[in-house]
Amino acid sequence: MGQYLLRRLLIAVPSLLGISIVLFTVLALAPGDPFSEMALNPNIPPEVQAALRKHFGLDDPIWQRYFRWLVAMLHGDWGFSFISRVDVDTLILSRVPVTLAVIGASQVLALLIALPVGIYSAARPYSWFDRIASTLALIGFSLPTFFTGLLLILLFSIKLDWLPFVYRADLSATGWAWWVEQFKQSIMPITVLGLFQGAGWTRYVRSATLDVIRLDYVTTARSKGLRERAVILKHVARNAMIPVVTLVALTMPQVFGGAVVTEQIFRVPGIGSLLIDAIQRNDTPVVMAVTFVFACLVIAFNLLADLLYGWLDPRISYR
Amino acid sequence: MANDRPALDARALGEWADDVRAGRLPRREFVARLAALGVAAPVASALLSFAGVAQAQAQPSYRPTKRGGGGALKMLFWQGPTLLNPHFAIGAKDQEGCWLFYEALARYDADGNLAPVLAAAIPSRANGGIAADGRSVTWTLKKDVRWHDGRPFTADDVVFNFAYATDPQTASTSVASYDGIVAAKKVDTHTVRYEFKTPTPLWDRAANVVLVPKHLFEAYGGARSRDAPANLKPVGTGPYRFVDFKPGDLLRGELNRDYHGANRPHFDSVELKGGGDATSAARAVLQTGEYDFGWNLQVEDEVLSRLESSRKGRVVACPSGDVEVILINHADPWTEVDGERSSARSHHPILSDHAVREALTLLLDRKSVQAFVYGRAGVATANIVNNPSRLNSPNIKDEFSVERANALLDAAGWKRGADGIRAKDGRKLKFLFQTSINSVRQKVQSIYKQSCAKAGIELELKAIAASVFFSSDVANPDTYGKFLADLEMYAVAGRQPDPDTFLQWFVSWQIASKANKWQGVNRGRYRNDEYDRLYRASQSELDPIKRTALVIAMNDFVCREHAIIPVVYRPSIYGVARQLVAPLSGWDNALSSIAEWYAEA
Repeated sequence: MGQYLLRRLLIAVPSLLGISIVLFTVLALAPGDPFSEMALNPNIPPEVQAALRKHFGLDDPIWQRYFRWLVAMLHGDWGFSFISRVDVDTLILSRVPVTLAVIGASQVLALLIALPVGIYSAARPYSWFDRIASTLALIGFSLPTFFTGLLLILLFSIKLDWLPFVYRADLSATGWAWWVEQFKQSIMPITVLGLFQGAGWTRYVRSATLDVIRLDYVTTARSKGLRERAVILKHVARNAMIPVVTLVALTMPQVFGGAVVTEQIFRVPGIGSLLIDAIQRNDTPVVMAVTFVFACLVIAFNLLADLLYGWLDPRISYR
Repeated sequence: MANDRPALDARALGEWADDVRAGRLPRREFVARLAALGVAAPVASALLSFAGVAQAQAQPSYRPTKRGGGGALKMLFWQGPTLLNPHFAIGAKDQEGCWLFYEALARYDADGNLAPVLAAAIPSRANGGIAADGRSVTWTLKKDVRWHDGRPFTADDVVFNFAYATDPQTASTSVASYDGIVAAKKVDTHTVRYEFKTPTPLWDRAANVVLVPKHLFEAYGGARSRDAPANLKPVGTGPYRFVDFKPGDLLRGELNRDYHGANRPHFDSVELKGGGDATSAARAVLQTGEYDFGWNLQVEDEVLSRLESSRKGRVVACPSGDVEVILINHADPWTEVDGERSSARSHHPILSDHAVREALTLLLDRKSVQAFVYGRAGVATANIVNNPSRLNSPNIKDEFSVERANALLDAAGWKRGADGIRAKDGRKLKFLFQTSINSVRQKVQSIYKQSCAKAGIELELKAIAASVFFSSDVANPDTYGKFLADLEMYAVAGRQPDPDTFLQWFVSWQIASKANKWQGVNRGRYRNDEYDRLYRASQSELDPIKRTALVIAMNDFVCREHAIIPVVYRPSIYGVARQLVAPLSGWDNALSSIAEWYAEA
């Protein structure tokens, strides 16, 4: 086990290097310039722009810039935002709490919907419940979040005027009022993301459970006289969860990465909106840092999923 | 274009203004004389005030009788500020954020005139602030102004800002505002003198540069500028104190109890939320009333009007110097000369014909563009200089006439071919017309294409991603600077009331070329000795009246030569909640007047 872990970690190093090279090259080759906004401002002469490019080393060859970035990263320096003129890690850390709260809550909501609905549907396939759930799930993951988001805004913010559609990270209220405000502003983005994710997962949980529920050991468990509840939860669910765990673990990096579209619609100041802003402004160090962290997380959660696999299914061994 | 009026004579104007100043000529007589020349009365009196003739100043009235008590002011910016050091501000969004906490010597009001903020008075010839030789300007500062940490604001701070911004190591973006200033000298603790390289009529340089405190930034000049803690925690003189900042997302401030303006500010706290898109920002201000102020609402006017019908807020359009123009390429984009296309050494084979350029101007249906595309966000104009109104030429009129365009082209020998497209000497009237990707611009492109087709001119339309089109990337052929097309359209951003930067667009030494990495601002590659002469004269003309006449002459020159085709001038569009009173200006940042904002009960 320990040796397996070590081997996997060692393999991760060249993959991360490869990813960083690809990311850096693509970003460097992409058209655009972090200071192009200045070109439209007649009060800033082109020389200022040229001086800034020189100041931030943008005119050096790509490989030089890459190695400078790599060395800095190894020293724990994530880079310096061209646009905000602050360290990138400060910028990212300021966005983490909101991202974790909103995206995390939506994933929990998705699980809370997907697990019971999926398992119950599989336990009674082709029943009315299953049909309705399947139809709703199909609708749920077919509708993109930007559409459902706008629908909810139109209904709850504009027609009914119940909920605000601008998310504020710093609420001025305190105590209970804070919780009420926080609930009111979070409910729409969380619902939109949670229902979308939940719909997909429901289908997945249902089919995983269906695969298991017809196996002989389940019949054996039933014939032993175990109650249906115990059969489903103890015998079926545990085995059915193996592929689901992989799936959920692999979506976890997204919790960090944020949801670009939904964050933009509700103005949630998460990592996703930071990334999209940085891309629009060609703020390469920020784009690089966010995408690189994302790559690290994908690799880490892949590893975690593999380890969990073995814990859930002792037949799998690590060599 | 036919013109039956005598042109404004610079010298006569100046003499008349001198007479009014000396009391030899009554004001009304001056206005009447100008009216005879086709200058509207408000323009004439603006000219007078510009010449230093006293006029009752229309002060925006500020009602509140005590400081604070206005509650929270919530503002929504679809592009939030990303940094809070005014000397590093990249776009207007960053400067806006700075104005909550920092202030400048003065700000430009809605008419493009300076209003004092940290200055005790606006320098003029009468009060001796502007040197008679045009080589310096002296600013007196308000006494009793304190930074948020209690230190007094003095001339040292103003001098320091000049040194800080102009140090190349600082890599400041405000350095251009100090362009032409060679020294900032402290006269006494509350008097500063800016000295100019050459005698210049543009004495208001650096007047609205937002000032940072010397005692917090002194240790962080030059290369160390990025380490200053105050970069993210501003300590200014402004009406609000800094509370919290999340770059690109949220900025909060609270009332400054020691603010130097009486009974100001009105609001107890301010909040500036960034991100999202302009349409939903307009919705949050105009329709749901969730926010009090929406910045730069670049939304179709039809949508704005619909949202406005909920009566929670209103749209305010502030005249500014921004003009949407179609640039004509005077160089040849299709032949390579000395290793570059659109070389300044070449001439456009077709567009060098005055008749073709005039026809192209006549074929632009500006009224329809305003009515169906821009609405309040774009006013049809045939002039390049439209605002402030004192600089607007009365001589050029907007005209849309397919018949006249056809007649002109016929007379110039451009004959229609079998395909309906005109040609002469084997050259067809076919042009490539490029702009950035933007739904509004694409609509204008297609309107123009249709009317050109009626006169036998074929336009091929091209739209380029804005990040490419406006970039300074020397390797990319699609940039607006390289201009490898016949026509291109974009907006001139004219932030300063003086159109000097825009007028440089037509001088020969600014032609964009390979040699200057296509950074020259004369992207149309227009070259005319007469225009160069006019521009040089305007640079050293110290008499404001005569200079105004020169500006008008340059505008008329360019428009009569059809060197460029103006489309609309674009006011800044803001969304303001019903109760909010905000004296906004298109000549400065929206929040430069934040101390004057209040909510009606």
